[in-house]
Amino acid sequence: MAAWDLAILGGGPGGYVAAIRAAQLGMKVLVVEKDALGGICANWGCIPTKALLRSAELIELLRHADELGVSVENVKPDFGKTIARSRTIAGKQEKGVAFLFKKNKIEHVKASGKLALQNGRARLIVDGKPIDAKNVIVATGARPRGLPGLEHDGKLIISYHEAMSLETQPKTLVIIGAGAIGVEFAYYYNQVGTKVTLIEAMPQILPIEDGEVSAAVQKSFSKQGIDVLVGAKVGSVKPGPGGVVVDVTDGKGARTINADLCLLAVGVRGNSDGIGLEEVGVKLERGFIAIDHKTYATSAPGIYAIGDVVGGAMLAHKASAEGVACVEGLAGHSVHAVDYDSIPGCTYCRPEVASVGLTEERAKKEGLKFKVGRFPFKASGKAMAASETEGFVKVIIGEPYGEILGAHFLGGAATDMVATLTLAKTAELTADEILTTVFAHPTFAEAIKESVADAFGEAIDI
Amino acid sequence: MATLILMPRLSPTMEEGVLVKWTKKEGDAIAPGDIIAEVETDKANMDFPLEDEGVLLKLLVAAGATVKLGDPVAVLGVAGEDPASALAGIAPAPAAAVAAAPAAVDKAKPATETVAAKPATETVAEQPAPKAAAPVAAPTADTSDGRIKSSPLARKIAADKGVDLAGVTGTGPGGRVVKRDVVDAKPAAVTVKQTQVTPGVDTLTPASPMRKTIAKRLVDAKREIPHIYLVADATVDKLLVLREELNTLRAEDGVKISVNDLVVKAMALALRRIPEANVSWTADGLLRHGRVDISVAVSVTDGLITPVLRNAAERPLAELSTEMKALAERARAKKLKPEEYTGGTASVTNLGMFGVREFCAIINPPEAVILAVGATEKRPMVVEVNGRDEVTVARRMTLTLSCDHRVVDGVLGAKLLAEVVRFLEHPLALVL
Repeated sequence: MAAWDLAILGGGPGGYVAAIRAAQLGMKVLVVEKDALGGICANWGCIPTKALLRSAELIELLRHADELGVSVENVKPDFGKTIARSRTIAGKQEKGVAFLFKKNKIEHVKASGKLALQNGRARLIVDGKPIDAKNVIVATGARPRGLPGLEHDGKLIISYHEAMSLETQPKTLVIIGAGAIGVEFAYYYNQVGTKVTLIEAMPQILPIEDGEVSAAVQKSFSKQGIDVLVGAKVGSVKPGPGGVVVDVTDGKGARTINADLCLLAVGVRGNSDGIGLEEVGVKLERGFIAIDHKTYATSAPGIYAIGDVVGGAMLAHKASAEGVACVEGLAGHSVHAVDYDSIPGCTYCRPEVASVGLTEERAKKEGLKFKVGRFPFKASGKAMAASETEGFVKVIIGEPYGEILGAHFLGGAATDMVATLTLAKTAELTADEILTTVFAHPTFAEAIKESVADAFGEAIDI
Repeated sequence: MATLILMPRLSPTMEEGVLVKWTKKEGDAIAPGDIIAEVETDKANMDFPLEDEGVLLKLLVAAGATVKLGDPVAVLGVAGEDPASALAGIAPAPAAAVAAAPAAVDKAKPATETVAAKPATETVAEQPAPKAAAPVAAPTADTSDGRIKSSPLARKIAADKGVDLAGVTGTGPGGRVVKRDVVDAKPAAVTVKQTQVTPGVDTLTPASPMRKTIAKRLVDAKREIPHIYLVADATVDKLLVLREELNTLRAEDGVKISVNDLVVKAMALALRRIPEANVSWTADGLLRHGRVDISVAVSVTDGLITPVLRNAAERPLAELSTEMKALAERARAKKLKPEEYTGGTASVTNLGMFGVREFCAIINPPEAVILAVGATEKRPMVVEVNGRDEVTVARRMTLTLSCDHRVVDGVLGAKLLAEVVRFLEHPLALVL
């Protein structure tokens, strides 16, 4: 008998969730994680950034408290405290996962692991010793990547890792890359008083979001005082007097921007190197592990892989979903593949951004027949009362069946509201079911029903 | 690493399957989608495809064996591998091989076994093959609870394409039919083109007091009274001739006797002859009526009512006929007084004029009998002429007597009905 039913390399939101689910299913599980349990998500990603963004949100709200009849004077961000609080919360997250491991009798080895062939069989090796496990899941995640000729140095050209743990607040910050990470840090740093320049090579910030949403966020950011450059190519980032000098060219021509620091947030690469994948016959595709998307099996028998290291959407909840599906498959349960067309994405700047499914641009490109429905929060009583009228809900409804092809949320409670239409989309509900659902009044979520109604020219409040 | 191949669910209701024959043998290389065996399910003979690749290391059951759902049938692995690694966790003696394996496996189903099993072998069951194989002939969606689980989108697409969901394999959670299962499905072979129908509108109208009374009385009657029904035919040629003559004779007096008048009179006279049937069941006992008052059902707007012809046995036919007309008219005008429609001792109801051949009426309490009169029609009848049977044409009428069995038993009812028939067949007695 093998010592372990399952060994998991990596204790992030893919690995730790897979471990707990496996333990629930009666497996004896070992997790090999060299850093903190909970991975980037709990320690250097989702959660600590949400802590920082909460501070930023509060600063913004307090500055406008006057409108709501609350007089607040001398609103002063305390950068150090926001960072410290964020780190404390990350620490709690790690402890939380450790507690869950103990509860589920999962063993954690704080060490690096790698795969190697022993007697013709792929094995996980930790501290030079092979782990006797029936199956291995590789869930090593991803790490920030640079651009050709432009790499992180951890001092002047930093990644999100440094950006959420700086000791001194930069006065000026250039952010290269306006995906979720770049946009969230742009919002945070701007609110705490750093002069931010946000540079994006694509024609719109949040390039994977619907064009209308991106344009609205860009407009809002400009209003908030962030310099936003889109369609902009960065030539070089060099050390300069007191910081960095960034050469950038956009539609208006070439220019030089001086800043204390440069946050390089152009994306991540899979942690697929240095762990013996090739040696044991695990095939890679463009730096990510190639898998069967139903079983998560790699090309090497007994080796499975999930999460960022297999590519696709670099999202904690996608990794967790894959972890659960993979483990349930291993336990012999009938597995229903993760619905990759219905994975929501959220960006926690203000106004908040969330979406699921196709953008209007994508639906057009795919030649689909569809209707678009919109509902602006300006027309929402709840939003007016809350003084949160920025943003809208936009839905892409397929024709002729009325299915949800895509849903896009800006402002309001966007990141929570997306769950409603993610459920609808995953369950293959159509506009009929949504329109026969009674939504509570007054809520931000009413905008969901109204946007769907608008696609048919039947919205009530616009 | 060697893995066990388990018997998949190849039909929605399958509990076990007969492994009819192996289409691959030990040592064969298997590519995903390869059919390894033919399995007879409770529905049909199905192909057993594998989604994994590898080498078929060992067959655990012989052709012809019955295998329970989820039990191992074979071991898959890489060439040269020892199948024992997959069997180690389950069978006490892997060497027992073919015949013994299923039985041995049956008992042992520890959690560790499920870990060893590769997922794809199980999922084969719900996704027998990729899209292309899904349509019509494939096993049906899970209908174990009597409905086809399906998504709203799948239903709309199926309706649009004329695909019968019952013939589609659901690949969603719990066998739910989802979009991917129907987009490539072929329409049912014979699609019935449905006529576009604008459905009528349902309306709700409050029940009138009369309707409520009818509802209550009939429910009470049908619930309380043990009805028995006796059916007899009467030959009414003579009756019709008599009626004709009477109506011609008395035309100037305005007499126009109906068939129903004659039946009412016959019923009344019959009750006089069989007074035991002129009764009511009451809480205190059997109430035998001294009078013969016949209730006659009259259809009115929104219901019916039964005005009563008093002393119908004793009074002349012409008088009864005239009174009946007056009562019916007043009934239709809803002008009857309570004493005009209560207190009957037996009823007559007639749907003959609507072509109804025969029917069973509900007794009108506290009466014990009701005579239901069918249409008069020409029917072939066998008669004996000079000792030989001959078929002749006669005007016949079917009568059904409903009796309250608490007071009118079958024999008593039969006697009464026979009397009615006798009077109708010898109608001169009606005008005596």
